[in-house]
Amino acid sequence: MILDQVIFLITALVIIIAAILVVSVPKMIHAALWLILALAGIAVLFVLLQASFFAVVQVIVYIGAIAVLVIFAVMLTRKAMQDDGPQLNRYSVLAAAVCLMLFVVLTGMLLSWDGASSLPVNPAVHPDTIINLGESLTNPQGYLLPFEVASILLLAALVGAIFIGREHRAGKEEE
Amino acid sequence: MIPLSWYLILSAALVCVGVFGVISRRNAIAMLLGVELILNAVNINLLAFWRYKDVSHVTGQVFTIMVITAAAAEVAVGLAIFIAVYRNKRTIAAEDVADLKG
Amino acid sequence: MNFLSDPVTFIGNWLTGLVANLGIPKETASAWVTGVAVGILPLLAMLWVLVLIWYERKVIGRLQDRPGPNRVGPFGLIQPVADMLKIFIKEHILPAGIDRIPYNLAPILAVGGVLGMWIVVPFSATVHGVDINVGALYVIAVGAIGTLGIIFAGYSSNNKYALLAAFRVVAQLISYEIPMVLALLVPVLLARSMGMNSIVQAQPVWFILIAPLAALLFFISSIAEVGRSPFDLAEAESEIVAGFNTEYSGLKFGMFYVGEFLHAFTNSLIFTALFLGGWQGPGAEQFPILGFIYFFLKTVVVHFLGIAIRGSMPRFRIDQVMQLNWKLFTPIALAAFSSAALVEKLATNWADAARIGIHFLVNMIILGVVVLIGGRVFRARGIRLDALAQRNRAAVKFSMEKSHDS
Repeated sequence: MILDQVIFLITALVIIIAAILVVSVPKMIHAALWLILALAGIAVLFVLLQASFFAVVQVIVYIGAIAVLVIFAVMLTRKAMQDDGPQLNRYSVLAAAVCLMLFVVLTGMLLSWDGASSLPVNPAVHPDTIINLGESLTNPQGYLLPFEVASILLLAALVGAIFIGREHRAGKEEE
Repeated sequence: MIPLSWYLILSAALVCVGVFGVISRRNAIAMLLGVELILNAVNINLLAFWRYKDVSHVTGQVFTIMVITAAAAEVAVGLAIFIAVYRNKRTIAAEDVADLKG
Repeated sequence: MNFLSDPVTFIGNWLTGLVANLGIPKETASAWVTGVAVGILPLLAMLWVLVLIWYERKVIGRLQDRPGPNRVGPFGLIQPVADMLKIFIKEHILPAGIDRIPYNLAPILAVGGVLGMWIVVPFSATVHGVDINVGALYVIAVGAIGTLGIIFAGYSSNNKYALLAAFRVVAQLISYEIPMVLALLVPVLLARSMGMNSIVQAQPVWFILIAPLAALLFFISSIAEVGRSPFDLAEAESEIVAGFNTEYSGLKFGMFYVGEFLHAFTNSLIFTALFLGGWQGPGAEQFPILGFIYFFLKTVVVHFLGIAIRGSMPRFRIDQVMQLNWKLFTPIALAAFSSAALVEKLATNWADAARIGIHFLVNMIILGVVVLIGGRVFRARGIRLDALAQRNRAAVKFSMEKSHDS
């Protein structure tokens, strides 16, 4: 439908512009704010793909937690980078050229693949998608093992982040 | 109707922007933002293929959940490390933390 | 269905018929009518805030043994209108050095985050905004957008105290999302679906009777999420200047204020939909207007409870808030959720009454354990910490006196 295409094009434009601004604005806090816009655009894209659960998870996890964490970290390290100094290192021009070439090559490859112009399967998404997802994540013949490993990964990250980020008060107890 | 190639080209563009961000920024947190862009591009790719190929097969969705989980864990630990480095060296430019170089 | 039993659907159908008679195909006509309804809902919500502000000020006044506003109009009913007029005509003072776009975006996000929650609430058997199948999680997502608005406000104000206050508030908000989500998962588990409509329809027996612990946790966490007393160090109106919205004046501040009141009411709405059976009640299926009235009454009662808590408890410090969350609420939420899941799995084929009884019993056991044993532990530790602080103060005083003498 033409409405879908218009929405997709507008959203894609917003995402790309926000992403380019993320990697090029001099002030870090602005980069974090543009990242929030890019993530929100991607959530809209997930809704277009009829993966509504992932749109909501994207907003909760990425925007509500990761972006907030990035903003906190930028605030805590604000004095380090005087934001008006050079933000790009000396490889930036070469990197830009390489990335552009990479994009051209990838696009060329994608367009020459004959499955690229395929249209979405009809009928639309099965209404029990979330139930299927939940059942496969807790099914021992399904994806139970990656699920449990992911939870251990999160536990390790939690403990590690708290331990590394802690302030060490060892010297102050002797006073 | 939106052909699959549109999603894939958008995802390729995001990957390239993310790679540029990782390679060419001095601030370590900016590199992390580039990595986030790359991971989101991967998610778009996975969900697009899930939707366009076989909707009843949940592998694409499970993989996306794993990518989101890994991204969250990595951001948390990465930022903790950056803050610890900042406390010790008062700098967060990646090129200044080069003690093991050489 | 006639006008009296289901006014909203009746008006909707009449409007659709009107537009379709102009020659427009039926789907487009109903899409337009839906669009009009989507525009009217936030408008009604914002107008409702005027009544809410009056209600709250009157109730808090009576709790504090004073009459509340009673000069502007009979019983002070025109007071919120006077307040709104005053806020509209105040000057927008833009401090120097602010970051323009986040500064202006913050009140929009704070209010938008709350209005977005109204879309998924099922007001009656036939009236709801959108029935998305992840409605319960959507509510949390939209709440996260409100949190973002607060960070924008604190950061862009170019004021270190606003920034620190914003950090405190955001730390509190993201911490309390955890017991809130875990407590919200219990009705999702009991109703086997995340859609708000399905959760309300699965409540011939209200979920508060099945899972009272989860209901209590959700209630307390949602009070903390809004930032109302006793968790209101965000904008502790009598202590720090105004917290993260220090530098806001005029309508922008009005938006934060309205957003907070609306958020409190919206939380009561969500609580009623999740735990008190929403629009369920005698005769609600045949006469949807009755369902709406039941919903409204239940929500007003829950909201009154929130206001009563606000008017009677002293404020928590930020470290107390954090300790409460991580040491008390999160473990209880985990216990409540896992016990609910376990009981559901083990008692799948039992009779309804037996299942509900077992759920209730397990909840009461967990609550009893926490209150009796946990209460003793916390009290003992509190006394020990006080003694430690007293000893430290005495030691500091002693060393100061020694340095004076020598």
